[in-house]
Amino acid sequence: MYRAKFSDHLILILGSLFLCMPVVVAFMTSTHTAADIHSNGLSLAWGDNFIATYEKVLTQKGGFTGDITGARMVMNSLILGIGFAVGKIVLSMMAAYAIVYFRFPMATLSFWVIFTTLLLPLEVRIMPSYQVMSDLGLLNTYTGLIVPLLASATGTFYFRQFFKSVPEELLEAARIDGAGPFKFFIDILVPISRTMIAAIFIIMFVYGWNQYLWPMMMTTDESFFTLMRGIKSILQVWVGSNIPDYNEAFALAVLAMLPPVAIVVIFQSWFIKGLTESDK
Amino acid sequence: MAAIDISSVGKIYTGGVRAVSDINLDIKDGEFIVLVGPSGCGKSTLLRMVAGLEAISEGTVKIGDRVVNEVEPADRDIAMVFQNYALYPHMTVRQNLEYGLKNRKTPRAEIDARVNEAARMLEITQYLDRKPRALSGGQRQRVAMGRAIVRKPAAFLFDEPLSNLDAKLRVSMRGEIKRLQRRLGTTSIYVTHDQLEAMTLADRLVVLSGGQIEQVGSPLDVYHTPASTFVASFIGSPAMNLMKAELQGDKLAIGPSLISLNGYAPTSGAVTVGLRAEDLRVVSGDEGMPFTVEYVEELGSQRLAHGVVGDQAVTIALSGEAEITDGMRITIDPSKLHFFDAETGKRLDARAPAKAVAAVAEPVG
Repeated sequence: MYRAKFSDHLILILGSLFLCMPVVVAFMTSTHTAADIHSNGLSLAWGDNFIATYEKVLTQKGGFTGDITGARMVMNSLILGIGFAVGKIVLSMMAAYAIVYFRFPMATLSFWVIFTTLLLPLEVRIMPSYQVMSDLGLLNTYTGLIVPLLASATGTFYFRQFFKSVPEELLEAARIDGAGPFKFFIDILVPISRTMIAAIFIIMFVYGWNQYLWPMMMTTDESFFTLMRGIKSILQVWVGSNIPDYNEAFALAVLAMLPPVAIVVIFQSWFIKGLTESDK
Repeated sequence: MAAIDISSVGKIYTGGVRAVSDINLDIKDGEFIVLVGPSGCGKSTLLRMVAGLEAISEGTVKIGDRVVNEVEPADRDIAMVFQNYALYPHMTVRQNLEYGLKNRKTPRAEIDARVNEAARMLEITQYLDRKPRALSGGQRQRVAMGRAIVRKPAAFLFDEPLSNLDAKLRVSMRGEIKRLQRRLGTTSIYVTHDQLEAMTLADRLVVLSGGQIEQVGSPLDVYHTPASTFVASFIGSPAMNLMKAELQGDKLAIGPSLISLNGYAPTSGAVTVGLRAEDLRVVSGDEGMPFTVEYVEELGSQRLAHGVVGDQAVTIALSGEAEITDGMRITIDPSKLHFFDAETGKRLDARAPAKAVAAVAEPVG
């Protein structure tokens, strides 16, 4: 039997330090005052400004107009992330259902058309998308933030592959049991896809949460600012002799990290469940 | 409960591949029909056409008095048991049983009564609140059968339901299916490739080959009077020995030997002759056909000796303690010979008179 050697552990320890240290440094630094950070640089020690900084970040009104708080930004980011993930899952599941279970003319073609949109990232179509949203009067709305990004080739592809692996007998048994297309989808297909849904939710939530370019294009009203833009705007306040609020920027960055981490932790058990229990 | 009438049914897949052609089958109410044949013979396709999972290209299928060609599977009043059980994995056993009834808007009290009755009948009551994945293969198959039973359909359709079970379980489940069907008296169509399953379950056997019916009949009829060499080699274990032979007037020449048919021969010239392994006897002296043993299979109650007569392979079944020696000679009661046309493989329906005397060995010319 192979016995773990000291060097094996060393590699693992170094690896985890490498991954964890930046986060730890960001968190520790955020507990110091801005002036302290400005003069002493990053810090690994616990400062005494933790409560003050985080309270200020979450509640103090900031920004150009001075009426957006950190909490508001967190909420905006959550709306974007969750709206994004849920919308994408609903849309791509239905698209995949149509492609896999229904014979319609040019089904394969439409799948490949959807698939090729993978090659066109948001940045390529940002101008036309903006134009459409602007014409519809959806600038500075949550709808405008979320809807244009919902069509997801990735999600459709994942669900298509999953649906194809569902045994055909399940559909046949459901047909004999008197379930129509709609019932089969809701009663059978959605429940057995739940581990798949969890996986895609994680990916899509983090993707939506981390959006920077699109919200910046779509929203000029500060009340729609997301965390990602908030971090940026804090560092931009460099007027006169002001020191940028490094501590607040770090605090926001740490806060921005929490929801994705929470999502992964929550859905992780589903993930493992999906891998170990053959559900089909 | 209903009779099923299949007339001139055929299936052509897109692309022109013909899977099934011209099937005519009258299934009586309460009858247990087994469709048997090698893989690719169209037996599952036929079953799926009755179920409505496969469109019927030609002919009509009637369940009861109703032509069901265009009727949705759910409205055909049938229930199906699949090889891989096809239980809904996210539902408990109870929910699995209920699902079809709920979709039909059966009243709650009725659902509960039927589910409980089916569960009791199949002895799965204690598993009702488990998920299928917590059950063994045999238990899952019971649940699948329960799902069929609660519906109280006009017909049960079984698509190789026992193929995923281990050998021992298969035997006991086989008995259970038979018992259940007897008790419920529901018309059943059962597809299998296992001839033993087919023999033991069927009221009537339907042997299929290449998308066509080779023979329909009770298991014993099919066993004792196979309609073709295909049926002869497919039904029965060990398979019937089929040997090239020649009818020379009153005598049958097999390899180096002649068998006297005592006055009757169905035809003359080349024929294929079928001999069941258990009909062959070992004889002493220099009567009979010389049989060279190649290897012996011990089955406990029986020994199967595989060998050759002349240059043709022959298997004989001997009792457990029979002695096997080199240079054995074997013979057969001529009344137990099966004659088939050498070209078409069809049965030549005639038998030597029962009185015919056992074979006499004479060197062939």
